[in-house]
Amino acid sequence: MSQYYGRLLLLVVLVAFPWLIGDPYYQHLIILFLLWVAIGSGWNLISGYTGQILFGAGAFFGLGAYTAALLMHKLEISAWWGLALGPVLSGLLAFPFGWICFRLRGPYFALATLALNEIMRYIATIWESLTEGMVGILLMQTFVSKLPYYYIALAIATGCIVTMELLMRSRLGYYFVSIREDQEAAESMGISSVYYKMVSLTIAAIMMGLAGALYTNYMGFIDPRVVFALFDISIMAVLVVLVGGVATIYGPVVGAFIMVALWELFRSGGFGSLASLSKATGWPFMLTVTKYVSEAHILSFGILVVLVIRYLPNGVMGDPAKLRKVFLFWKRQAT
Amino acid sequence: MEYFETKGISKFFGGLAAVNDVSFKVEKGQIYGLIGPNGSGKTTIFNLINAYYPLTKGEIYFEGQKISGLKTFQICERGIGRTFQVVKPLKRMTVLENVMASAFLRSKSTAQARDLAMETLDFCNLTAQKDKVAKGLPIASRKRLEIARALATKPKLLLLDETAAGLNPSELDEAIGLIKKIRNSGVTIIIVEHIMKVIMSISERILAINYGMRITEGTPTEVASNHEVIAAYLGEDYSA
Repeated sequence: MSQYYGRLLLLVVLVAFPWLIGDPYYQHLIILFLLWVAIGSGWNLISGYTGQILFGAGAFFGLGAYTAALLMHKLEISAWWGLALGPVLSGLLAFPFGWICFRLRGPYFALATLALNEIMRYIATIWESLTEGMVGILLMQTFVSKLPYYYIALAIATGCIVTMELLMRSRLGYYFVSIREDQEAAESMGISSVYYKMVSLTIAAIMMGLAGALYTNYMGFIDPRVVFALFDISIMAVLVVLVGGVATIYGPVVGAFIMVALWELFRSGGFGSLASLSKATGWPFMLTVTKYVSEAHILSFGILVVLVIRYLPNGVMGDPAKLRKVFLFWKRQAT
Repeated sequence: MEYFETKGISKFFGGLAAVNDVSFKVEKGQIYGLIGPNGSGKTTIFNLINAYYPLTKGEIYFEGQKISGLKTFQICERGIGRTFQVVKPLKRMTVLENVMASAFLRSKSTAQARDLAMETLDFCNLTAQKDKVAKGLPIASRKRLEIARALATKPKLLLLDETAAGLNPSELDEAIGLIKKIRNSGVTIIIVEHIMKVIMSISERILAINYGMRITEGTPTEVASNHEVIAAYLGEDYSA
């Protein structure tokens, strides 16, 4: 059972976190982190384990988000029902999409998912009578406190991780990895590659849809540019897993933490340190630096990806031996 | 009704006939050999049986049922397993995981799949290597893994594609022993092989093909003494 202690400790820390740190700002960051754990786990399932590169995480995330928003906006049903209906609709989008597009392989499938993302965004933009187009949809948030959102996000993220743990030890897990390793061999082992790829994509879409539905409830405002964002959602999902470790269950957890922290570091100008520095020194050029740094997070992600691919091609969790070496190297330098 | 039968199967790649109107019958429990020079269409015949390529013409029957037109995985479900000439191990999985993945076809639970996989590994003499990653295996073990993976789907008919190629003499004897052991366990085998020592010593009937067409069919001695077979392998001068 000792192998579970680390995971249990992580869970306990996350459960206790809002009681230890009362600052809503950090609670907000951890909620974002938990959302990314869910989205990252979904991407890891279809792309990391099943080997079908997905550039359209935003399509499923956004559909989940819009489902929740439209329930409230059009039908005046609580947006919380979106947590149930959003993932269902995302799954219903994934299944036929997979049926059509899993006849395409490798980069062709990846491009089809990119197209799906764009199609969904254009539909949400153009169909103004339903989605209000670029104006977006504004909802009243149910809770003032962040705690309820925090624990729901924690439940979703934990659910995704537990699902992955169970899935990868089952028949489905073995089938997914077999398809990734060699589709022809898998077929001649009696595995229907199209069907199991559809199953994988559907489960992934459900995780992403769940994250999307919670996002709507939590943020209280969505528009097509935010939830169907190509960079901020679809590419970010790829980066989270790539940095954390492709095809490792806890890769998305580590990746989500690093990416959210890095994102916030740049967005806030070093958690506000640059702003206070410019105030303290009074140098006008510090203001300019602060402004540029806060817009440079995409650049920093680019550099991070280059470094990860060069030095940790399997991600942080994918190669513990190598990671240890890197840290030992730093330690040796320090002493 | 024959156990396994192909009726005039053909495969054209554009204007090139890779397999042209080949018919043969295999009886239950037989080891059936398929020989022919390089590029004569042996592997293509496997790819047709296995539905890796769609047939251009002809029909294939197994246990009295038509199997041509089914998908690759359905043919495996019906009980036809195959190995690949260019081995296709699932590289980043261990040997045990490789075999477990295919054992799931005939198992209800993970534990059952593990048991079946362990049994199969034991049968193929791979137990010692079960925790090694497939990527790092030497060629002889990879070929055995290929067989183990096919066997874990509990096939009634096994297609072996050059399982003995690239093996040294002692590994070769082991491979022959394994093939005989598989047959004795009740599996019918169709085997493609270049090494005459192997094919002549184990097959009960042999089909010789060249340029995708049937030359002759018969017992190993009949085929070995056939003029056209000798001509196909050694040239016209030797066939007189």
